[in-house]
Amino acid sequence: MSEVTLNGAGVSGAEATSRAGVLRRLRTTDIVFHGLTRGAAIVVLLLLSGVIISLIHGSIPALGAFGLGFLVTEVWNPVTEQFGALAPIYGTLVTSFIAMAIALPVGIMVAFFLTELCPQVLRRPIGIAIELLAGIPSIIYGIWGLFVFAPFLQRYVQPALIDTFADVPVLNALFAGPPYGIGMLTAGLILAIMVLPFITSISRDVFDAVPPVLKEAAYGVGCTTWEVFGSVILPFTRVGVIGGFMLALGRALGETMAVTFVIGNAHKVSSSIFAPGTTISASIANEFTEAVGELYTSSLVALGLILFVITFIVLAIARYMLLRLEQRVG
Amino acid sequence: MAITSNHPLYNARRRRNAIAKGLALLATLFGLGWLVLILGVLLWEGFGGLSLQVFTEMTPPPGSDGGLLNAIAGSIVLTVLAVVIGTPIGILAGTYLAEYGRHSKLSSVVRFINDILLSAPSIVVGLFIYEIMVAQMGHFSGWAGAVALAVIVIPVVVRTTEDMLRLVPDTMREAAASIGLPRAHMVVRIAYRAARAGMVTGVLLAVARISGETAPLLFTALNNQFWSLNLNAPMPSLPVVIFQFALSPYEEWQKLAWTGALLITVTVLALSIIARSLTAARKSQ
Repeated sequence: MSEVTLNGAGVSGAEATSRAGVLRRLRTTDIVFHGLTRGAAIVVLLLLSGVIISLIHGSIPALGAFGLGFLVTEVWNPVTEQFGALAPIYGTLVTSFIAMAIALPVGIMVAFFLTELCPQVLRRPIGIAIELLAGIPSIIYGIWGLFVFAPFLQRYVQPALIDTFADVPVLNALFAGPPYGIGMLTAGLILAIMVLPFITSISRDVFDAVPPVLKEAAYGVGCTTWEVFGSVILPFTRVGVIGGFMLALGRALGETMAVTFVIGNAHKVSSSIFAPGTTISASIANEFTEAVGELYTSSLVALGLILFVITFIVLAIARYMLLRLEQRVG
Repeated sequence: MAITSNHPLYNARRRRNAIAKGLALLATLFGLGWLVLILGVLLWEGFGGLSLQVFTEMTPPPGSDGGLLNAIAGSIVLTVLAVVIGTPIGILAGTYLAEYGRHSKLSSVVRFINDILLSAPSIVVGLFIYEIMVAQMGHFSGWAGAVALAVIVIPVVVRTTEDMLRLVPDTMREAAASIGLPRAHMVVRIAYRAARAGMVTGVLLAVARISGETAPLLFTALNNQFWSLNLNAPMPSLPVVIFQFALSPYEEWQKLAWTGALLITVTVLALSIIARSLTAARKSQ
């Protein structure tokens, strides 16, 4: 190439035209390639707008028939074609709440262990092992939850909880029998295991990004490891941890297969977390292929739309938070 | 000194520190415990049903023996198609973000939307493909399943392609430009070559992600009890068969579901470990 450029001054006419042709061809490929990549980037945008438009389009019949009352109606009756989203929305929120209440503290403590306490040689293997939890397909969690975890809860954990809280007001409504095994608590616990690695790996990354000099200064004035973590690392990375939390919440809200196996698919709002319930995604997965009639199908699509709007907002907040931390650290 | 090493305040701080460290260790063991439990049960139940029959026979009707051959074949076909459709789009879009429009307005929007798609609930993708393909064509089909999986592949590949291309030093781009190489050639000949291991990792991660996906297939590819490679007809796949068999009351079906679950998990974990070692090798270079 360089030789061509060097000798460029003294070329004959024929050579010059052929060279111009080559250059023109190169230029065309460049423009075509640029256009292709730009087009592919736009495809990504079209995908998201396609999802939104198709969901809105599909849910028009249901929203037209039930209006905003769809959101607060508990009835779900395919026979009389009465549909309301209250039970699935309630189930989605309750299971995600249980999941996050457990996964957030545990996930942060694991990240604390990995970044501050763990011997250097074990950091990578333990980190990878925790991340493997995220790699296991959700259907595996489902089948394991149904055949192993739910019977275990039913036999040992739930009766004990029911007995313990039988005389405590409020809590006895929350932990009311009978112990089915499957239900909202089981689904929430499995979700907690599934989102744990998301919280851990993001927390670990942001903890690692704390400038060492800040930690060293805290140690220098005599702080204990826990005090350094609680007073320096956590406040510094708060935005990032919240971002990780939101990301995990987005996963928990939309998780389908694991929940479908163990939730019990009952369109009911129950105060007891042992009771079977349903979530938005589980209702769709369970009923969509069997749904007959436009209104039934459309109601399920409307559920999908609600789920998408909720997760979109949660994920957008997550990205915003993580971006803010990145800008501050970087 | 006012505060000595056995002052109550000092002791309390030390105690709190010890408790916190203990809790952190417990939390880690708790997390690892689940991994061991889940994989342990899976190996135990799955290996029990593993035999040659699983790979040579079709999914059985209720109450009789059989294998998972049609489901495995269906899964492979759907996965390959999804990768073939999704990867080029993903790589090109990632290239735009990293090479052409690094700071453009379009890029920041695409980056944001891509991150949303990356974690969007996969069941919503299933509904989307149902609306645009299944409802329009009037029947479930392998094509719809493959496209649904491709929609999940794209954001994964976009993300890793951009990340990996950004690791390529700008001096290499400048060197290519200085000898008069057009940008497209620089990208293909220099940047892609330098980022190849990372980009392959992205595709492997995408394959790992979709080989266990069930939700988007439920109402796109549906299922099929028989041997079928017809992409215009409903197509069986391993995850959907597991879903159906595990929830059935038949013992033979449940056993096959466990075996299928083991096959999927081993595939997915192997893929993610290979992907990881590819990037690890790159980093240590």
